[in-house]
Amino acid sequence: MTTATATAAPSSSLGRMLALGRAETTLLLRNRTALFTALVLPLMLVGGVHTMLKKQAEHFPALDLNAGLVTAVTGLILMFVVYYNLTAAYVGRRGELVLKRLRTGEASDLEILGGTAVPSVVLALVQCAVLGVAAAELLHLPVPVNPVLMVAGLGLAVVLLIALAAVSSAFTKSVESAGITTLPVMLVAQFASGLLVPLEVMPDQLATFCRALPTTPAFQLLRLGWFGTDGSATATDFAGTWVQAAPHLALAALWTTVAVWAARRWFRWEPRR
Amino acid sequence: MKNSSSGEQPAIEVHGLQRRYGPAGSAGFDAVRGLDLTIRRGELFALLGTNGAGKTSTMELIEGLAAPTAGTVRVLGHDPHRERAVVRPRIGIMLQEGGFPSDLTVAETGRTWAGLTSGARPVDEALDLVGLLDRRGVRVKQLSGGERRRLDLAMALLGRPEVLFLDEPSTGLDPQARAAVWRLVRELRTQGTTVLLTTHYLEEAEELADRLAIMHQGRVVTSGTVAEVIAGRPSRISFELPERYGRYEDLALPRLDGEIRADGRRITLHTARLQAALTELLGWAAHHEIALGGLDARSASLEEAFLAIAAEAGDTTTPAAAPALIGSAR
Repeated sequence: MTTATATAAPSSSLGRMLALGRAETTLLLRNRTALFTALVLPLMLVGGVHTMLKKQAEHFPALDLNAGLVTAVTGLILMFVVYYNLTAAYVGRRGELVLKRLRTGEASDLEILGGTAVPSVVLALVQCAVLGVAAAELLHLPVPVNPVLMVAGLGLAVVLLIALAAVSSAFTKSVESAGITTLPVMLVAQFASGLLVPLEVMPDQLATFCRALPTTPAFQLLRLGWFGTDGSATATDFAGTWVQAAPHLALAALWTTVAVWAARRWFRWEPRR
Repeated sequence: MKNSSSGEQPAIEVHGLQRRYGPAGSAGFDAVRGLDLTIRRGELFALLGTNGAGKTSTMELIEGLAAPTAGTVRVLGHDPHRERAVVRPRIGIMLQEGGFPSDLTVAETGRTWAGLTSGARPVDEALDLVGLLDRRGVRVKQLSGGERRRLDLAMALLGRPEVLFLDEPSTGLDPQARAAVWRLVRELRTQGTTVLLTTHYLEEAEELADRLAIMHQGRVVTSGTVAEVIAGRPSRISFELPERYGRYEDLALPRLDGEIRADGRRITLHTARLQAALTELLGWAAHHEIALGGLDARSASLEEAFLAIAAEAGDTTTPAAAPALIGSAR
């Protein structure tokens, strides 16, 4: 046996995240409840969402049903698979003192939180991609107007929801109670950020208020990027979408910064005694 | 790359270390109150102390898990908190309470940690060191408490650390597993690993440590080799008088050089001159044909030194039993 020095095969940031992500994937596959939330629930919601939007379209003929459906399904996947799932994962790892133990190793705090999020994020993005392609085929959707904005929307949503999951986990005692502690964010996101109830259906003042809520801007960017409008104006072209996107981008960046700050402020690495 | 002067540099250097929890004033709590410590390379150092003495708080600061309120810590010449990325690859840490996901197997846990560790040794080699190789396919939740402690130790050893931190490594282990861990720790020390361990078991420190420090209320009360720490502590003789002899005050005991205390028929003598006192006592017993029941004579042990030191230092929190235990030491 040779004496390996500490510099032999140094661990890298990416390697550490992948190691954590791999372990976390194994854990997800062994946890039926989490697996159901992550894989089955979003798909089950697709049918319900479609019915709901159709009802609303009867009263608002101007409503773009397809755009609403795409936004709603993408948003719901992100909410359940990234936000809800990850909150429970952080709480579970904290409760078993896994996070505390990980902090004694070489991984940085950010790598630990990010690595734990790997399977949730990958799974959500894969589901979004699959359903997006399927929807485009089945509903004969137009080619996305501004894919860059879609990617920006997805990216901002993912970072925002990871941070929100970290914050929520701080106020959650056990994995079982995560269903309750995540409820405020889940409800606001579903009903007030344009997922289940499109903003153009709402009275103007309410819509303006809802547009300012944390999860709204990132979801609006997705819709704007694909369909050329967030529903508040007529559809425009690639250049035009940037103009419409500016306030959403600014607001999404602001909320993401706030959420990251809150996560740093409140996140707990070990259980309260 | 190793520094050529690293032989001179201590593995761990702590000066004026303080750690305070909570706000200023009486609402807060000073867990560590000005601690100095130097641990040389290749040394096995034990940190002892009563519950709440600040051992774990001190360990966390030296490991770099938290920033001290005041004072400096250097591990291998670096600040373990601010220069975490430099220090961590060269040290191994085993917490008092480890944490591994209960649904991963032993091997999966090892693989994950190997991915987080620079220059990790093969996982099976680490598991073999702690005797867990045949348990590699078992989920962590099915391991016994002792097996979990050994898994924790294996993970701390994965990166072939230059400095190893063990916070109560043998708590919860059965005697056999404890002996195995002691063997392993001794072997690591032989290979040049610096070890800092805390323990409740004084015999563990006596058995393993090159040097030790006894902490009380956030300070080091005494430190040195086991011999140095127990030097000057009295030896102890104890025995039981046969029933017919009644109270010891009525007896014509020989003049014994030391402090005598009686608890019913059991007599305890603390003396600085064990051999002389024992000779005297045995001669007296033989002459009077007295059978001394449960006769026990022992040199000063770390345990006695520890109890005495804790009692002396802890004027405010002295347990009621302590003065009786030590008599007037010295």
